[in-house]
Amino acid sequence: MLSRRIIPCLDVRDGRVVKGVRFRDHVDMGDIADLALRYRDAGADELVFYDISASPQGRSVDRGWVERVSRLIDIPFCVAGGIRDVATARDVLHAGADKVSINTPALERPALISELAEAFGVQCVVVGIDSIREADGEWRVRSHTGDPDRTRALAVRTLDWIVEAQRLGAGEIVLNCMDNDGVRRGYDIAQLQQARALCAVPLVASGGAGECAHFVDAFAQADVDGALAASVFHSGRIAIPDLKRDLRAAGIEVRDV
Amino acid sequence: MRVVIVDAGGANTGSVRYAFERLGVTAALVTDAEAIRGADRVILPGVGTAAQVMARLRALDLVEVLRTLERPLLGICVGMQLLFERSQEGDVEGLGLLPGTVARLRGGPGVRVPHMGWNRLQPRADGTLRTGIDADAQAFFVHSFAAPVTADCILACEHGQSFAAAVQRGPIAGAQFHPERSAAVGAQLLRNFLSPSFVPGARA
Repeated sequence: MLSRRIIPCLDVRDGRVVKGVRFRDHVDMGDIADLALRYRDAGADELVFYDISASPQGRSVDRGWVERVSRLIDIPFCVAGGIRDVATARDVLHAGADKVSINTPALERPALISELAEAFGVQCVVVGIDSIREADGEWRVRSHTGDPDRTRALAVRTLDWIVEAQRLGAGEIVLNCMDNDGVRRGYDIAQLQQARALCAVPLVASGGAGECAHFVDAFAQADVDGALAASVFHSGRIAIPDLKRDLRAAGIEVRDV
Repeated sequence: MRVVIVDAGGANTGSVRYAFERLGVTAALVTDAEAIRGADRVILPGVGTAAQVMARLRALDLVEVLRTLERPLLGICVGMQLLFERSQEGDVEGLGLLPGTVARLRGGPGVRVPHMGWNRLQPRADGTLRTGIDADAQAFFVHSFAAPVTADCILACEHGQSFAAAVQRGPIAGAQFHPERSAAVGAQLLRNFLSPSFVPGARA
């Protein structure tokens, strides 16, 4: 049986892991390789590296650290941020990333999803979606969320975009529910359930994890394939071995480490 | 021991090379027939589509070289799928080293395609490639197409249907999962492939 995945997300700036929920006042957390190994040893099933220096500055990802991580770790990892074209994605994948995740560039030019799927297969193409509930009760997507000054509200409904992204060739959807992001009151189960109903490819929950029970809820109630979190892992608030023990106790299939 | 990785244009050639590095083995990325024929172990990785990888092997004039190879060959992911006669992905002819046709995973309610993540392995036929890999061990998969469970299947996996997770017929072997990303289980499989006892009587 396929295990549900636990996915720590590490923000990377200038080759270092930083903390700061992708906003300002970043605190240096340490070397990418050290942290990647620590999470691997703790039992993370996959890692996401979000290159926060790349996207807002219009730079592409520095493949040096991607290669360094790939040499060291023997679990899969995905690189997000700053990937706008096939050539950059190729660089990142050839440097050793298993998947690339695109968000704003896919909204700006949806054909990018198809181009990547065509070039590397859908299994390499993750579409990240930042979603927020607006006053009319609809979830809509936000672009440029890496930089609060540039964040834009789009007219696109989140659920429509999930359908469209799959049609174009997304092999996985990471749905970041911004209303819950960083507040640790749990994943947005209602939104994830609706996304799940429309999502035939793997769906990863993001935003809101504060305790082990939140992961149990996301898997048990919204049937997501993976759950992503950052601060609760970085702060040590949740240790992955404890989390997996709780998930197993709740009857959720996880990878043994 | 000379270990070579056929550079079939897939994106995981680097990761596969690093996985061997972690085992203390330097594997060269090659595209020429001489280097492949002269190697002790040959790895055919593949990320992308069966049609792309086959087209690249044709362009490099390596199809016959691989078909007639006498040394141990390990196909990984799409590389394993190409060991079979055909793939329904783009309806391409494979290397034909193993009987069978690769088909799309059916999926269904609660069964997502691509099959992505860690799944359990179940022993089937005997094979030196699976030495030391326990029943229910977990490996990392990312794929939409899969090979059937035939007599050559040494490890099977279940995702809405049974399919071949690893195959072996003498010196011809393959893994549908990614040993380079499957932690200790993956390292064990690669060590088995490098082992002198992988094929009894074969050159170490």
